Amino acid sequence: MKKPTVVSRYAGVFVLATVIAVLPLLLPNSFYFDVAINGGIAAIVCVGLNLLIGYAGQISLGHAGFFALGAYSSAILTDNYGWPPIASLSTGLFVVGLLAFVIARPILRLKGHYLAMATLGMGIIISIVLNQEVNLTGGPDGMPVSAFSVFGWEVNSELAWYWIVGGSLIVIVLLALNLIDSAVGRALRAVHGSEVAAQVAGIDSTRYKILIFVVSAVMAAYAGSLFAHYTGFLTPSEGGFFRSIEFVTMVVLGGMASVFGSVIGAAILTALPQFLTVFHDYEHVMFGLVMMLTMIFMPKGLLPSLRNWISKNSL
Amino acid sequence: MSSEFLQFLLSGITVGAIYALVGLGFSIIYNASHVINFAQGEFVMIGGMGTVFIASIGVPFPVAMAGAVLLAVVIGISLQKLAIERAREASVVTIIIITIGASIFLRGLAGIIWDRNFHSLPAFSGEQPIHVAGAVIVPQSLWILGVTVAVAVALFVFFNRTMIGRAMLGTAHNPLAAKLVGVNTNNILILSFALAAALGAVGGILIAPMAPTHYQVGIMLGLKGFSAAIVGGLGSGPGAMVGGLLVGVAEAMAAGYISSNYKDVVAFVLILLVLFFMPSGLFGKRDSERV
Repeated sequence: MKKPTVVSRYAGVFVLATVIAVLPLLLPNSFYFDVAINGGIAAIVCVGLNLLIGYAGQISLGHAGFFALGAYSSAILTDNYGWPPIASLSTGLFVVGLLAFVIARPILRLKGHYLAMATLGMGIIISIVLNQEVNLTGGPDGMPVSAFSVFGWEVNSELAWYWIVGGSLIVIVLLALNLIDSAVGRALRAVHGSEVAAQVAGIDSTRYKILIFVVSAVMAAYAGSLFAHYTGFLTPSEGGFFRSIEFVTMVVLGGMASVFGSVIGAAILTALPQFLTVFHDYEHVMFGLVMMLTMIFMPKGLLPSLRNWISKNSL
Repeated sequence: MSSEFLQFLLSGITVGAIYALVGLGFSIIYNASHVINFAQGEFVMIGGMGTVFIASIGVPFPVAMAGAVLLAVVIGISLQKLAIERAREASVVTIIIITIGASIFLRGLAGIIWDRNFHSLPAFSGEQPIHVAGAVIVPQSLWILGVTVAVAVALFVFFNRTMIGRAMLGTAHNPLAAKLVGVNTNNILILSFALAAALGAVGGILIAPMAPTHYQVGIMLGLKGFSAAIVGGLGSGPGAMVGGLLVGVAEAMAAGYISSNYKDVVAFVLILLVLFFMPSGLFGKRDSERV
């Protein structure tokens, strides 16, 4: 695998930051802002999920569960218990991180299909709990969430949310890139190549996989928390099976093991259903098709395939 | 044994038989190709929904049922030919994503082409309940158990007594060796998908009179069938049967004695426990990884 140089790495971040900075000038109305914000939130989840799928080679079909736990922690602590949003957000991240840490060891001992099923089961258990604990979550009817506020400053404009989500995304991307370029990243690449060989070389593969699992869960929870305060209303479907599949599809389309690919995948698949009625009405069919066609014809995903194509044609 | 307990046991065995049929499908495909077909649940949905909609054009139920099974078989074969075969060299994660894609694609299609309402099939032979030692059993349960036993026996004979069945077992055991003795392993793969699809569809038809069918029933039934296969040991036929009954009974007991709200959680907790503590299931072969 080609390792991106430091220059190209930060060049990517620079491009992303520029796009995020310029985009508000081009977005005509609040509908477009809404799409951009939701795309950014999905991108945060996908960058984290891609660390797990693309770099550690471990699939998760239950990441919407972590997203929803982050969202509901914020909602429940802020609205039912009157905590300041920032405290609920941090507590939510801590709780999800702890939960991910506890289940990571047994769950990551599993491989391939077993891991897929176990994470799927985990996601479904979370969504059933959210549906059933009506007193806490409002059940299938959902629950309202109050606006986000920090030290008395209430975030209520679309633009403010845009900057919060955009800024968060840049930070998350930087974190992910640094993680990939650290000893952890190298160890993960070795584990992805051949786990046994990596272990023979003295890499504690379990430890690294657990670390990435926890990091990606916490990123999903953070995105969930932002989502809860931004939309102001939560239903258990945010933690449902289809939501998990959406996240995986975004990662797969953008390109496994491509941080920026995940951002692009998230942006495309968030925007398409909003702008194409065909995509919106036939959401399941479309997502299913995207998953199958990408895996069959472009298994590396959009961005890596594009990069290959460019480097091939420029020589 | 209290009549309440007997009642839960009976209803657990009834749904368990359906999970067993779905689980058998998982195991058959897994044996032939080492693929877990996440779209297995959709065959169950196609069985139930297909029968409802084919019958709605006015054909008698038995014809509609045969039509629905045939439809599932055609879709199963297409799935293998059009999607899975093209990605044969791909990693496990890739194949998982393909079959999941296929599953939500089929589900979405069913929601569009048919509809998004709940449908029930009439019971095969009336609704007059039968009393057994203080518990009640509906005739449909007997149908489910009878058909499941018949299918199990037929599969046993097929895999042990017929040439093609033995070729399938041989392929599962060692594809290369099977090829060398003249087995067309490609046909075996197609046959496996066809058989798994048919089993799923039969399960879907049998359960539709007791639990209404819907374009999304495939998720839960598929997952529970998978738990059945895992609990029994992936790839083992008898394992899938026992696993299905265990999952069904555990679920019925939990619904009866603990809370029916959380009955769906039981199957997953069971999967997680089995995966954590007994990864090769009750009857599975212990797997060693070749490096």
